[in-house]
Amino acid sequence: MASDVAVRVEDKLFYNRYLVDSGRAHIKVRPHTEPTPQLLSLLKACPARCYELNDKGQVEITIDGCVECGTCRIIGEASGDIEWSYPRGGYGVLFKFG
Amino acid sequence: MIEERFDAIVVGAGMAGNAAALTMAKHGMKVLQLERGEYSGSKNVQGAILYADMLEKLIPDFREEAPLERHLVEQRFWMLDDRSHVGLHYRSDDFNEERPNRYTIIRAQFDKWFSSKVKEAGATVLCETTVTELVQDAYGKVIGVKTDRRDGEIHADVVVLAEGVNGLLGTRAGLRERPKAENVALAVKEMHFMPRETIESRFNLKGDEGSVIEAAGTISRGMTGMGFIYANKECVSLGIGCLVSDFQKTGETPYGLLERFKQHPSVAPLIEGSEVKEYSAHLIPEGGYNAIPQLCGDGWVVVGDAAQLNNAIHREGSNLAMTSGRIAADAIFQIKSRRDPMTAQNLSLYKKMLENSFVIKDLKKYKDMPALLHNQSQNFFLTYPELVSKAMQNFVRVDGTPKKEKESSMLRSFVKARSWTGLFGDAFRFARAWR
Repeated sequence: MASDVAVRVEDKLFYNRYLVDSGRAHIKVRPHTEPTPQLLSLLKACPARCYELNDKGQVEITIDGCVECGTCRIIGEASGDIEWSYPRGGYGVLFKFG
Repeated sequence: MIEERFDAIVVGAGMAGNAAALTMAKHGMKVLQLERGEYSGSKNVQGAILYADMLEKLIPDFREEAPLERHLVEQRFWMLDDRSHVGLHYRSDDFNEERPNRYTIIRAQFDKWFSSKVKEAGATVLCETTVTELVQDAYGKVIGVKTDRRDGEIHADVVVLAEGVNGLLGTRAGLRERPKAENVALAVKEMHFMPRETIESRFNLKGDEGSVIEAAGTISRGMTGMGFIYANKECVSLGIGCLVSDFQKTGETPYGLLERFKQHPSVAPLIEGSEVKEYSAHLIPEGGYNAIPQLCGDGWVVVGDAAQLNNAIHREGSNLAMTSGRIAADAIFQIKSRRDPMTAQNLSLYKKMLENSFVIKDLKKYKDMPALLHNQSQNFFLTYPELVSKAMQNFVRVDGTPKKEKESSMLRSFVKARSWTGLFGDAFRFARAWR
């Protein structure tokens, strides 16, 4: 129990339905060279693992699997690290059960 | 701009928004409700338990047609360490009554139905429309909303903000701050499907009887958090939530916690062989009374999760949402009937009415609880569950140790872990916050 459990979030997101608004990311990461502690914490706190480090050590976002919870806004909007909106009407995650 | 003018615009079609829109429409007001999802419910996430009393006030005969899952006959509270649980179960046949008090529901399906009642009452419901900002006049009075549709500006006498926990519009317009990381929990949930007979045998249920389990302890790894398992008809909603600030501090992942919860020896047999059909995440307001923002202003009121109205101790949210939506709608109708303008002063009637209801009274009662649990999370969610589990095992295991020795070793383990001052302090602080 105490040891870390390997989880593939991609497999979980695969259960969900999405209508992706191509080319219109509703969340943007401010360009940076060194990520702030807030940005780094999003790598783990985002429940859909939308945030990842690129090979230059910068935090990037891929919003396709976003479940629109708002956690990253709570952590990263005040510091200006991210710009956060909801997707356009009708786009994004489509919950069947919620 | 859409030329048509409305008495009220409701932003959002969750419990609070639907209650507000339904109530105003029933009063004969001209209501526009805006929802960003493909249908009302498609963005809404909850455990979910429905409290009948609050819905009955809006739709007295809802039991005949609402998509309900199971009526609850049993509530289990579990305190977990890694391998055990100590439980308090309450089950009563009294809950098999004609008009049951609590049901499990599936929000996307329930909200779709709820929305159909809003439409029947005469409100205009516009889905697939994201409100991007509030329109304010030169004096700051809210006079309408802007949406992401073409010509998307719409005007109304009052805007009811039922936009959910994130409260984005209110923050953008400077009406309130964004929720703080220590005042919101992030919960993740999966829907586990099984044949209904399997659910009924595993949870000891017959017919439409239902059972829920709330679990706290080492599953949250020292963070302030809780797991839940709710039996629906043909699926089980299983999830876990912890404060966002704790996730930030510990670097734990929400899906990692969820997997560990599912693998707990007390939990795994309940969902064995199930088919998962959805994974969702949602924020829950946890700040209680002290986190409630300004509730109204010139041309606007805020209801439900957007107003952070959630009783974290009793796991009640949707009923506070529904009640605040209904009360706001009643207040607005009273003001309108007097032909008074929707000023901050007049709309403070909503605040007064809410303060006289269980919503604010309950939140006030527990106003010190969030801070206590948040600051003492290591003790309440890690140390005590482990101690209690050890004590229980010591109590039930028969191994030839004299009972007196067993008792003193139990006591020693508590004192060693928390000291006498710690133990009395925790008990005192808990009692004071509960009072």
